Amino acid sequence: MLKRIVSLAIIASFSAGAVFAAGAGAKNKTQDWHFEGMFGTYDKAAAQRGFQVYQEVCAACHSLKYVAFYNLGDKGAPFYDPEYPNPNDNPVIKAIAKMFTIIDGPDESGDMFERPGITADKIPNPYANEMAAKASNMGAFPPDLSLITRARADGSNYLYSLLTGYEDPPEGMKLSPGMSYNPYFSGGNQIAMGAPLTEGRVEYTDGTEASVDQMAKDVVEFLTWAADPKMEQRKRTGWVVLIYLFLLALLLYGSYRAVWRDVKH
Amino acid sequence: MSGQSNYNPKTGIEKWLDARLPIIRLGVDTMIFPSPRNLNYWWTFGAILAVMLVSQLITGIILAMHYVPHPDMAFDSVQHINRNINWGWMLQPMHAVGASMMFLAVYIHMFRGIYYGSAKNPREMIWIVGMVIYLLMMATGFMGYVLPWGQMSIWGAIVITNLFSAIPPEAAGTAVTQWLWGGFAVDGPTLNRFFSLHYLLPFLIVGMVILHIWALHIPSNNNPTGISIKTKADTLNFHPYYTVKDAFAIVVFLMIFSYFLFFKPDSMGHPDNFIPANPYSTPAHIVPEWYYLPFYAILRAVPDKLMGVVAMFASIGVLFALPWLDTSKVRSMRYRPLAKQFFFLFVLVCLGLGWAGAKLPSDLVFVTGVDADGHEVGLTFVWMSRILTIYYFAFFLVILPILGLVEKPKPRPASIEASVLGTDKGDN
Repeated sequence: MLKRIVSLAIIASFSAGAVFAAGAGAKNKTQDWHFEGMFGTYDKAAAQRGFQVYQEVCAACHSLKYVAFYNLGDKGAPFYDPEYPNPNDNPVIKAIAKMFTIIDGPDESGDMFERPGITADKIPNPYANEMAAKASNMGAFPPDLSLITRARADGSNYLYSLLTGYEDPPEGMKLSPGMSYNPYFSGGNQIAMGAPLTEGRVEYTDGTEASVDQMAKDVVEFLTWAADPKMEQRKRTGWVVLIYLFLLALLLYGSYRAVWRDVKH
Repeated sequence: MSGQSNYNPKTGIEKWLDARLPIIRLGVDTMIFPSPRNLNYWWTFGAILAVMLVSQLITGIILAMHYVPHPDMAFDSVQHINRNINWGWMLQPMHAVGASMMFLAVYIHMFRGIYYGSAKNPREMIWIVGMVIYLLMMATGFMGYVLPWGQMSIWGAIVITNLFSAIPPEAAGTAVTQWLWGGFAVDGPTLNRFFSLHYLLPFLIVGMVILHIWALHIPSNNNPTGISIKTKADTLNFHPYYTVKDAFAIVVFLMIFSYFLFFKPDSMGHPDNFIPANPYSTPAHIVPEWYYLPFYAILRAVPDKLMGVVAMFASIGVLFALPWLDTSKVRSMRYRPLAKQFFFLFVLVCLGLGWAGAKLPSDLVFVTGVDADGHEVGLTFVWMSRILTIYYFAFFLVILPILGLVEKPKPRPASIEASVLGTDKGDN
């Protein structure tokens, strides 16, 4: 009887999970991601390429406001270098920060001024504010991407499907002006963002061929890191905790048997 | 606390202290306490809950040092905790996942109490205090879910606080709702007071837990046979026999907790709560946390809003009357063949209500055919909720009262000791 209840409870909890996974659009294309599973880590090379895609393509419209440049060189991050445990010393991180222009201020005369980025800066927002972003995008607001893979059900697969899912609208369907057809979009079939990735859109510094599929995979790897930057640390700690608790459980079970040895129960 | 004390102060300083503040006596008598010798693992969830409560208090107090209860900063501050605070990436999910684990444990604890008749004479007050704790947990959990100020936070708060607007305006429904909000909508003042109350209520829970344990020490634990303790041979001291058994169970529970915390931290929440709160954009499907889903299903099962709210509160209120609704003289359902079957059906009904609560009312449980327009028809979740809601109330208001009078219980062992020594074997 107990087993039956337990198995029913497990089935019920799984079906509850499936409830949240169900989205509005087409079923996501699934990928075998490097970060999946209890041993999953980020594919650093893919995440570095993904940062390049973000920087050269997405960053034109989408902010990444919770990520600072030094975060890119943290442990478990795409540009982590064991030689520079403090990412602020990492020349790669310094070089990346310098490529961005930061509006700082006010200075002594009360004016805002521009300067090259430093490692302590957050990745700057492409727009001054939400209204400016909407004005430049026909009323649509390009969301911040810091948490995008956790803010959508099955987020990494969703984002990959969305980025590779642009197609011609079905026969007889009339798109609203400025909209594109994408069956994977969670807000309906029409999306205000035009297909962002086209063959060879970026030229990868590591020589990888920049197919749409490759760029989509890479940027998903990067944005999954951005949404969950402590994942590797968390899973590593998780293993230590589980092994410790398992040994403690064995010890306590032994103590339990010893204490109850002479007691019939 | 009751009966004779097991404490004998030996040294001078112990005697001195015992005459003035018998705190060591309190501790000793709490731990060296005769408990039935046949408690099974379902009895370990009390200790598990105590550990979870402490865990929630510690993580919560640390989170409150970094969290900012302001609509413009709350969401950012939770991200700040997760990304920049030392160990924040562990503490914040530990608090959020821990709340889910605590509700999981409390539901098992409550089902155990119903099955083994732990609510019944002479333990009514333990049950009622326990129900107060459960209500406080529901309020604390709800307000805690609002604090990260994501989309489900604000929309959950809007839905739940609007329940009070079901009260007609003439009966102060509007006034009460606005008083709860601290304004004319869920906004900064609501967030701020929810934070204040979310910090207060756990300490009330601690106080009620002390009463819960105090009340437990008067008649001692119930046990799987439901038979009262008759002689010393029926009992074992709580320490070391149950401290070590509880400790083992706690660690096993912590392993399950750790699995979710370190490997599936988002599985208990909703992706929409990673989108900052926006009062102008309603999520496609507002759902509460999983542990409220059965009550959410009952709320939506009733077509009338006010009656839905009444049904939802009644579904919790009826639990308070359980000690008197279960009229059987036999405590444990182990010896009640009919009650046992109705109980397991009740567990399934609660799970079914939870499932229905997660779905849109118009979604189909199963398809029976196609209507004239080509739309699929079948049993909708709202109808499933209605059927299950009727069983939920019937279980307490009809089945348990009548069963106690008509059911013929199986023979029970002469004593706990007799059941343990094998003169009578239980079913597990």
